[in-house]
Amino acid sequence: MSSAMARFVVRRLLSMLLVLFAVSVVVFLIFNVLPSGDPAVRMAGKIPTETQVEAIREEWGFDEPLYVQYGTMMKQLFSGEMISYFTRQNVSEEIWKGLPRTLSLAIGAAILWMALAIALGLYSALRAGAFSDRVLTVLALVGISMPVFWIGALMSYYLGYKAGIFPNGGYVEFADSPFEWLWHLVLPWTALSILFIGFYSRVLRSDILETMGEDFVRTARAKGLSERRVLLKHVLRNSLIPIVTLWGLDFGAVIAGGAILTESVFDIQGVGQYAADSIKQLDLPPIMAVTMFGAFFIVVFNAMVDIAYAALDPRIRLEGRPSR
Amino acid sequence: MSAPGSLLDLRDLAVSFNTEEGLVQAVDGVSIELRAGEVLAVVGESGSGKSVTATTLMGLTRGPNATIAGSATFEGTELISASDEELRAIRGNRLAMIFQDPMSSLDPVYRVVDQIVEQIQAHRDTRSGEARERAIELLDAVGIPDAAKRADSYPHEFSGGMRQRAMIAMALSLEPSLLIADEPTTALDVTVQAQIIDLLRDLNQRRDLSILLITHDIGVVAEIADRVAVMYAGRIVEQGTIDEIFYEPQHPYTWGLLDSLTRIDRPRPKRLSQIPGMPPSLLAPPRGCHFRPRCPHAFDRCTEVPSLLPRVAAAPGHLDRCWLEPARKQELRQAGDRDALEQPR
Repeated sequence: MSSAMARFVVRRLLSMLLVLFAVSVVVFLIFNVLPSGDPAVRMAGKIPTETQVEAIREEWGFDEPLYVQYGTMMKQLFSGEMISYFTRQNVSEEIWKGLPRTLSLAIGAAILWMALAIALGLYSALRAGAFSDRVLTVLALVGISMPVFWIGALMSYYLGYKAGIFPNGGYVEFADSPFEWLWHLVLPWTALSILFIGFYSRVLRSDILETMGEDFVRTARAKGLSERRVLLKHVLRNSLIPIVTLWGLDFGAVIAGGAILTESVFDIQGVGQYAADSIKQLDLPPIMAVTMFGAFFIVVFNAMVDIAYAALDPRIRLEGRPSR
Repeated sequence: MSAPGSLLDLRDLAVSFNTEEGLVQAVDGVSIELRAGEVLAVVGESGSGKSVTATTLMGLTRGPNATIAGSATFEGTELISASDEELRAIRGNRLAMIFQDPMSSLDPVYRVVDQIVEQIQAHRDTRSGEARERAIELLDAVGIPDAAKRADSYPHEFSGGMRQRAMIAMALSLEPSLLIADEPTTALDVTVQAQIIDLLRDLNQRRDLSILLITHDIGVVAEIADRVAVMYAGRIVEQGTIDEIFYEPQHPYTWGLLDSLTRIDRPRPKRLSQIPGMPPSLLAPPRGCHFRPRCPHAFDRCTEVPSLLPRVAAAPGHLDRCWLEPARKQELRQAGDRDALEQPR
């Protein structure tokens, strides 16, 4: 690892910590200024007495100053001892339980949407202006316009419940049955990917058309390369740079919360669904943990995109120093 | 039939493009021959069809909107009717091209050496290591300092002049017999321009590389060309040896081009002259001679297209497209010179 790279990583780690700290403070403060946010009252049951509420307050430390409460919460978060106010379950364990589900959904969908977007974008660009390109343009627009909770519900109802081709929601561990795992994820992957396929294929199409007009593509042809090689090695390789950047950012965002709707519609019980349930109950510990989890993925993928970008485009260097 | 020694022979080459505004006749019957070992310059202003002529030879103007007619024979192969596959085997191999803007003509994401290796391997079955050695040799030969080390640079790490040198190295990688250089110096600094021209001249003399030089810079022409073709609005209006064009120009457009140049071998005019008016639109070119609307000496006959013919008795290789009698031309030309000196506008 070069020293430029090492400095980059250190700088990135520091800014990551700063972002995570800021996120945790903001979430904590928002929660404490929310009306009806007093957890002691809500934990005490339907018709609590003042003494009961007071007892809960003391037991959970809600009577301490805010900064002490914040400190306690962070300590619990990082030692894995955080307990939900309402379900009394360990928050870290819940997240660890949901993580493979969310990752299965996000990774599969990301591969699906990237592969299809490259295929469709390339096809559209090569047929630019032709009938098939126009059809794809319309389809992409339709895909971008369909909200995932709607298309997901339709797919689940017609293909799952009515036709019985696919399971009607749920999740099966990969270790239990790889086939069932795959079969349960086909619809969620598709529902989550549609928007991205539409969007990415359009972006790629226009990038390809733009790159095709570049001088270096003319040079590649003048060199006597085959048309296939010109397209894949020169046109596509250059057109992929912006798309790959988007991909990393969107993948992080999907894990960090973009999959909430899909997980809920298909009852995947991943981290996203856990987040949604916790927010409904104004359950601060899981909200805090899931937010930090999401922020962590966003920041990590942002850094990875920067690294990937430098690898993809030699004109970009991690540091302003020209390399030899 | 091409004459012996002819490397490239264009016969009535015509290229038109279907555009939204209508049919653009970019090249309108160009016939010229390039002999082995010579530097032939095609001069003209933007839109005269010189670059389209050059890129058409490489097959780079082929497309659904282009109509290409006529003939272009290169080393016995007809380029115009050649299949894409036949053409692919020739270009980059026997026939190479360099372009105007070296800044954008190299792919930014690959190392310079790899782009040369790619070209070698597209035409020859060469091991990568061998191709790489060859590429470094070429970079060294075109004057890249410390070539073995710089070869692994990316294009953005090269200066403009170095990139054009790298383009030339790439073009030479399979020892083509003809190099088409489309405005090779236009995007470069003046000092770098001179270096690139020196390099091209050196390659022509030492490697016997024939060059078809496309340029709008008549100064560059004077430095390197053996013969010159002057293009105007899609047609060659005059062609001849460099001395014939510079000292005995026959076409009023060539006069205009030369007069718009500062020359140290002539008394200095008060003001550089210019050709009045604008080049015609190729969507609807004027009838007859395309230069007629701007020509101060036009007369009735100029509404007919003059053929490109030898019109000077003593110089059979000096062709032009002008109806004026050679004797009359000489009078006008001398009168014009006096005007420029005595009555500056």
